[in-house]
Amino acid sequence: MSDLLIELFSEEIPARMQARARDDLKKLMTDGLVEAGLTYAHAGAFSTPRRLTLAVEGLSAESRAVREERKGPNTSAPAQAVEGFLRAAGLTLDQLEKRADKKGEVYFAVIEKPGRKAPEIIAEVLEGVIRNFPWPKSMRWGNGSLRWVRPLHSILCLLSDEGGAEVVPLTVDGIVSGNTTRGHRFLSPSAFSVSGFEDYAAKLKRAHVILDSAEREDAIRAEAQTLAFAAGMELVEDKGLLAEVAGLVEWPVPLMGRIADDFLGLPAEVLQTSMKEHQKFFSVRNPKTGRIEGFVTVANTVTADHGETILKGNQKVLAARLSDAKFFWENDLRVANAGMGEWEEGLKAVTFHNKLGSQADRIARIAALAREIAPMVGADPDLAERAARLAKLDLRSAMVGEFPELQGLMGMYYATAAGEPDAVANAARDHYSPLGPSDAVPIDPVSVAVALADKIDTLTGFWAIDEKPTGSKDPFALRRAALGVLRLVLGNGVRTELIKVLINSHVCLSANVKLIYNDLDKYDSATCREDELAAVESVPRKGALALVLRTDRAFEVFFEHTRSGAYFKDQTDYESEKKAAFDLIDSFFCYAAHTAYLLTGDSVPMWSDDEHAKAEARFLPIFENSSADLLSFLHDRLKVFLKDQGIRHDVIDACLAMPGNDDLTLLVKRATALQATLQTEDGQNLVQGYKRASNILSQAEQKDGVEYSFGADPKFAETDEERALFVALDAAETVIAPAMAKEDFATAMQAMAALRAPIDAFFTATQINTDNAIVRRNRLNLLHRIRTICLSVADLTRLDG
Amino acid sequence: MSDTPQSRPDLLAGQGAITTPRSFQEIILRLQSYWAARGCAILQPYDMEVGAGTFHPATTLRSLGTKPWAAAYVQPSRRPTDGRYGTNPNRLQHYYQYQVIIKPSPPDLQELYLGSLRAIGLDPALHDIRFVEDDWESPTLGAWGLGWEVWCDGMEVSQFTYFQQVGGHDCRPVSGELTYGLERLAMYVLGIDHVMTMPFNDPQSPIALSYGDIFRQTEEEYSRHNFDAASTDMLFQHFKDAEAECDRLLGFEPDDPKTKMRIIMAHPAYDQCIKASHLFNLLDARGVISVTERQAYIGRVRALAKKCADAFRMTEAGADAVDASV
Repeated sequence: MSDLLIELFSEEIPARMQARARDDLKKLMTDGLVEAGLTYAHAGAFSTPRRLTLAVEGLSAESRAVREERKGPNTSAPAQAVEGFLRAAGLTLDQLEKRADKKGEVYFAVIEKPGRKAPEIIAEVLEGVIRNFPWPKSMRWGNGSLRWVRPLHSILCLLSDEGGAEVVPLTVDGIVSGNTTRGHRFLSPSAFSVSGFEDYAAKLKRAHVILDSAEREDAIRAEAQTLAFAAGMELVEDKGLLAEVAGLVEWPVPLMGRIADDFLGLPAEVLQTSMKEHQKFFSVRNPKTGRIEGFVTVANTVTADHGETILKGNQKVLAARLSDAKFFWENDLRVANAGMGEWEEGLKAVTFHNKLGSQADRIARIAALAREIAPMVGADPDLAERAARLAKLDLRSAMVGEFPELQGLMGMYYATAAGEPDAVANAARDHYSPLGPSDAVPIDPVSVAVALADKIDTLTGFWAIDEKPTGSKDPFALRRAALGVLRLVLGNGVRTELIKVLINSHVCLSANVKLIYNDLDKYDSATCREDELAAVESVPRKGALALVLRTDRAFEVFFEHTRSGAYFKDQTDYESEKKAAFDLIDSFFCYAAHTAYLLTGDSVPMWSDDEHAKAEARFLPIFENSSADLLSFLHDRLKVFLKDQGIRHDVIDACLAMPGNDDLTLLVKRATALQATLQTEDGQNLVQGYKRASNILSQAEQKDGVEYSFGADPKFAETDEERALFVALDAAETVIAPAMAKEDFATAMQAMAALRAPIDAFFTATQINTDNAIVRRNRLNLLHRIRTICLSVADLTRLDG
Repeated sequence: MSDTPQSRPDLLAGQGAITTPRSFQEIILRLQSYWAARGCAILQPYDMEVGAGTFHPATTLRSLGTKPWAAAYVQPSRRPTDGRYGTNPNRLQHYYQYQVIIKPSPPDLQELYLGSLRAIGLDPALHDIRFVEDDWESPTLGAWGLGWEVWCDGMEVSQFTYFQQVGGHDCRPVSGELTYGLERLAMYVLGIDHVMTMPFNDPQSPIALSYGDIFRQTEEEYSRHNFDAASTDMLFQHFKDAEAECDRLLGFEPDDPKTKMRIIMAHPAYDQCIKASHLFNLLDARGVISVTERQAYIGRVRALAKKCADAFRMTEAGADAVDASV
């Protein structure tokens, strides 16, 4: 057994790539060694800014010899078959053996692979790993063609055992492996040789390099905490930053400084973000004031003046950065105090998506939707609309321009500065939430209304322009938006017919992107065919209109004819087709605008109620279909979400089959109750009993061609078990009906589960299909009662098993 | 290996006295002599308005093809949107870059670079010098590379890039490019807080001149010009003209009927590309280019850069060596 040490020494590796590179090096090397027939006991990978290192312990000295026999074709087989076999085996005909077989004489290939020495295998695997390393981005340098994350300078590859250490010889693009490495770039730049992993790690430490990033992290954290503590302050922990900083240094030396008084008035988040993003500083809080008053920077070197020059330089850079931040903050406050009108105006020029209009268009849509949603979540409609109008204005602020991650939070500060009530300011901060499956869901009604409106507008918008997520591709984060909708609705117990909200949102979206029509209108009177074609071709790619145009024959005909040039032949037809197409577009927008008017009262009526009704018959189904598709996407995401919470897939399906499944809160109430019941033995058996009842009944109904739903009569009951079932069903119904009225599904399910014993007893004692037709019919009607009762909470037929 | 520090004792800390320069121009002069001593041709600035030293044909065009190349130069650079009327401590619409370009990138380029910092008075034994990931990309030049921004005590003092592609062409061999933002670097070395107060020549000179003495007024004039006065109609027209002229020049037959020589006018065409790029920057500063149009304009400049790069590759200076087997 021997130990292997590999070090790939390069120019500075980006900090963010190091963790993944360690894992890749370990996996690719050990997989390669094992595949080639070696075994090992343990492997560990390490990284610093300048090196990737792998230590493998207990590596076998050679791979075992392998003998493989392959049976080939019959010796009388056609030459082609024999040739194919030879190719696959990599042998020539004279190397094959002939052996007697049941079916005659057959060729046999005996392939012997001798065992190989470890160094030979290591060299081969390592070269492959280096040449094919999966860096997220790699480069060439100088005259070479080798790719690495930055120029690779040396390869240390050493195999050691009790007898000593030996370099594993290999050469990759002129870089010859050896047993030397180098220490810290400035503190210990000389090369030195090593004899094994322990020697390597120890010598590196003497040469001012801590090999293990976890050790560097610990050292940084401990020293930073000590520095802060000594100054009566506390370090603000930041794991991501810690990992990044540990990837930037080989010899970490934390230094603490104070933030100049001028800047202490900036919001804490601004100080933290600026220091972290620009300079990779940790923040230090004064526990007495609660403010961020200091910072810790981590130098990569020790100096004669104990870092004084370094700290002074860093402080200077910080002052320049914070001067910028202060400038942004003060300018932004000026705009905020004036009511943020400047930003509102500015957002008109910012494109949200070229098919969905500007950010200002989008805000108008969200505001209308927030108003509509407000009553459903117990929010004041005026406040909800106001909050929606203000929530995204900070996108135009200088601070968010510099630090996009502060969006929303700055909105809160600026809305407060503008004198808005807390509910409005908080909605600016919270309306992006929740951003993932585990972060907090807003609960303030105004925030909930805006957050829902924001996400629903995004979903309907991208649905309308057919930019749905596919497979792993979700460039507009629509799955996250959908999860946000679910968590907002469920977290706040919101009760609403979601489908209506989706349809209205979709129609308003279409009214809102009417500007697209104006574009088209420009070409209407144009005589230039080229322009007409351009206009027509651009339309199907644009906006909500596309949806209508794709589904309407009038436009399709026009489009096809224009594209194919068919209209050259018959100008009359073309003109009439064109008119039909433009009439369609016209009436579509009138419909959308009029609906928006009816919903929000914001604009002016477009036509009479009569005309509107006619248009609705034509266009509404299009919106309904698209919204139903979106709802089923939300249902899919709900399944994923509930599955993570332990609710079975089939349980959700059983509840989705019930009416009102766009009321997600109701849906989840059903599912929770059903899941709980299924976890009891009675519940499990009830489902079996129900399915048995349902199967017998369905078969009888199919056979007899009638529906047995006339109500069973106890007077035809013959057995005690049958009579007992009547009594039990009556009892259950008196509990279930009021429970259902209160949506108390748990009680209803309990009452159903209590039916399990009487149903089982009934089936054991009673034969349904008796010769007595009256008794048989009565029993089938009894089964129908069971079915009806059992279907009140969920469609149990859809349960597995 | 050739890049071990021992092989370059002249560059090691403590081996030569590190002294602090006294003026902006002394820093430039020291960089000039340092890189001259390392074998670079010291070129003069390109005589056109450019946004960065990279635009100099000595970098863009010469980074193409296989011919070895080593040059260093100061390049006055213009970024119209960065104008602050001379009031901002370190933001200017006209500033200087120091540019070094070496093809193929030598294995000890990092050490050579660190030597240049010592030459201008930054002692790595006293400062914290760091190479922090920064991928460089120039959408207008159709160029990208990998490298770092170099930090000195937390401040970015240089860009360090290994060119991978320029004008859509793979760089083979790869050029190493160093870009120093001279004002910012000099302010740090000299301990100056506002660029306008920085000594330009030796403060002990009979006529001592500060950066402000030379550039405050021009910063005011150009800021007003860039933001409010430049004729946008004219700029739009000139952009179109430059674009058309670039195309036209590249449309000529390589064989010149007058001299009977093969002359591809890659450089004159590239001048028009540089012009178009600067005109675009001016239009951008005037605020007349919308977000959506922006990408289209950048794409048009890139198309010119690409064509010029294509043309340069057909010339003697930009061609691949015939014997590429070595």
